[in-house]
Amino acid sequence: MKCTSLLIILSFACSVAVQTPSFAAAPTANEAVPGLLPSSRISPSVDKIVARSLETFYYAGEDQRTRVSMRLINSQGKERKRVMTLLRKDLGTSGEQRYYIYFHEPSDVKGTAFMVWKYPAREDDRWIFIPAIKLVRRIAADDKRSSFVGSDFTYEDVSGRDLEDETHNLLGEETLGGRPVFKIESAPQAKVEYVRRLSWIDRERGLPLKEEYYDARGELLRTFSADEVREVDGHWTATRRTMHDAQSGHRTEVVFDEVNYDVGLGEDLFSERYLRRPPGQWVR
Amino acid sequence: MSTEKGVKKLGFDSFFFLFFMLVWSATVSAGDSGWMPQIHGFLQAHAAARLGNVDCAVQTACDWPFNEQRLQLKAEGSGMGGSLGYAAKLDLLHDAALDDSDSDVRELYADYNAEHLTLRAGRQVNTWGVADLLFINDTFPKDWVSFFGGLPLEYLKLGSDALRLDLYPEFADVQILLADFREDRLPDRDRFVLPGPEISAALDEPSDLEASLRVSRYFGSWDGAVYLSRTHYRAPAMSQIAGQWRGEYPRLNAYGASLSGPLGNGVLNFEAGYYDSVRDRDGTDPAVENSQTRLLIGYSRQVAEETTLGFQAYAEWMHDHDAYRRTLPAGVPERDELRTVATLRFTQFHLHQTLRLSLFAFWGVSEGDGYIIPSVRYAFSDNLWGELGANLFVGDRNGQFGSLGDNDNVYATLRYAF
Repeated sequence: MKCTSLLIILSFACSVAVQTPSFAAAPTANEAVPGLLPSSRISPSVDKIVARSLETFYYAGEDQRTRVSMRLINSQGKERKRVMTLLRKDLGTSGEQRYYIYFHEPSDVKGTAFMVWKYPAREDDRWIFIPAIKLVRRIAADDKRSSFVGSDFTYEDVSGRDLEDETHNLLGEETLGGRPVFKIESAPQAKVEYVRRLSWIDRERGLPLKEEYYDARGELLRTFSADEVREVDGHWTATRRTMHDAQSGHRTEVVFDEVNYDVGLGEDLFSERYLRRPPGQWVR
Repeated sequence: MSTEKGVKKLGFDSFFFLFFMLVWSATVSAGDSGWMPQIHGFLQAHAAARLGNVDCAVQTACDWPFNEQRLQLKAEGSGMGGSLGYAAKLDLLHDAALDDSDSDVRELYADYNAEHLTLRAGRQVNTWGVADLLFINDTFPKDWVSFFGGLPLEYLKLGSDALRLDLYPEFADVQILLADFREDRLPDRDRFVLPGPEISAALDEPSDLEASLRVSRYFGSWDGAVYLSRTHYRAPAMSQIAGQWRGEYPRLNAYGASLSGPLGNGVLNFEAGYYDSVRDRDGTDPAVENSQTRLLIGYSRQVAEETTLGFQAYAEWMHDHDAYRRTLPAGVPERDELRTVATLRFTQFHLHQTLRLSLFAFWGVSEGDGYIIPSVRYAFSDNLWGELGANLFVGDRNGQFGSLGDNDNVYATLRYAF
């Protein structure tokens, strides 16, 4: 029934948060990190690059307010649209985070709101508000590799993965779209649908500019691209991004219509009260 | 009694209307850009065909219990920096099954938001508790006609004319609700084939306000809540006085609690409630429900990609069962002291979540009956979806689900949202 459909459509699995220190400067490919795996001069640097990339992509600032438009386009060019406001707040430096997502469009799900309390060492807590029946319900932790609201992004793509979920290998340095990048190969530790991920990470800004996921037969599954990168409130942000499913031809284009960091979101926003009645100051 | 009630009702409704207009005019005069209503809604066609070959009574629609076209208009707006708001939901309905047209104000309320409280006045829907399609602490009015006919789930809930105050002190969230009585909409003989003789009765609606309280808070990763309701049964208790049938809605006090939290990769729910049947505390009035204790445990989790499974076990213990048996009129089937029900929910998505397969099944363990609701929904676009489904009642005809055994139906719904 409608209730459950929304539970699933909007449920939003978050991976366990990454505990990473902040890095003031970009590491170079040959830089070793004293004290960390002293026997290897490559792996620590690779881990450091990937850790910084995760930090930049998922943990920028103390909090973040974003208005997002998402276009879901199938291989025939038929389009669906999702418009949402996403609020995020980091609690301290432990990796604990709060998320709040309010859906503005399509009109059939307008008013639906979704909340996640994300923890570094255990499963997240998640709730959904279904406006048609004024129901707040706790929802089950979903498979991190499932589609986020029917898009080509997985829940994990939206909320981040652990550094330790994959092993990483630096393949070299090159330029991509005029930017110097590290080219990194990662292999997941667990059995998931991809066995190999290539990523191109901006050497100075730390953002992933492109990612390719391959299956065991070496076939390309999905391609991520950061189509527009801007510096917002001192944080490099991919304000346009696309995930393309190479198998089905389906793709999802995401545009950050508005984004700001360190806006002063209170921890109390992430509660049942605001699930039922969106905070007008932030959700517009 | 009906005149008295009419006056009282008018007073309560007038208060809402006044408050609504005040909020609306305040938001307008404030020159706030948010006051302009955002208008949305949908056009919806819904039809259900009864299965089976039991003949319908003449001049009823029970072969095609539903054939309706509906326009819903939703308007909402806010002003004064979000401290005032309003919302309205109006349905214009053409009911081709009963050859009738009607309008239905499903919601119409105004909101006031302050730092530590919110106030909502007007017709509003409220949903309490953690159970899935079984109700313990949610004593609010429901529309079972729509539910058994396969209408979308939101039509199961009826709005109440109510004043709701939410307080947010440090230790908990507190919700206080004062509401006008509204009865459940129960299956009628216009659309359903029901056992037993038809009784025409004068119904007396309660005129006093109902009051409910919910106090909830987080305990780590668990959500806990306690509930108190001073309310009425929403199905009439029928009694015969001097040859005339009369229906009343007896007083009910409900006390309960719920707890919901994570277990493994799923969610575990507990809910319990005690129904104090004020009018029949010793259980000797066969027309009035006995007091009850209701318990529920439920668990749901994702079992595969895009696939969720949920189970619930529910028990309803009738108090003073001996007194009930002693006073039960001859020929009336006896209800068990302990009624147990299990439910299963299965949901699976395909094609980028545009296709949904769903199954909800009630199994009346103690009564030997069941109610199965399979459905398939496909979203043609963001605006247009269609659903095909069925309502199948099986098992013992004396059971609560089985008694609807002649009403198996298949239904189709098409909705265009804007």
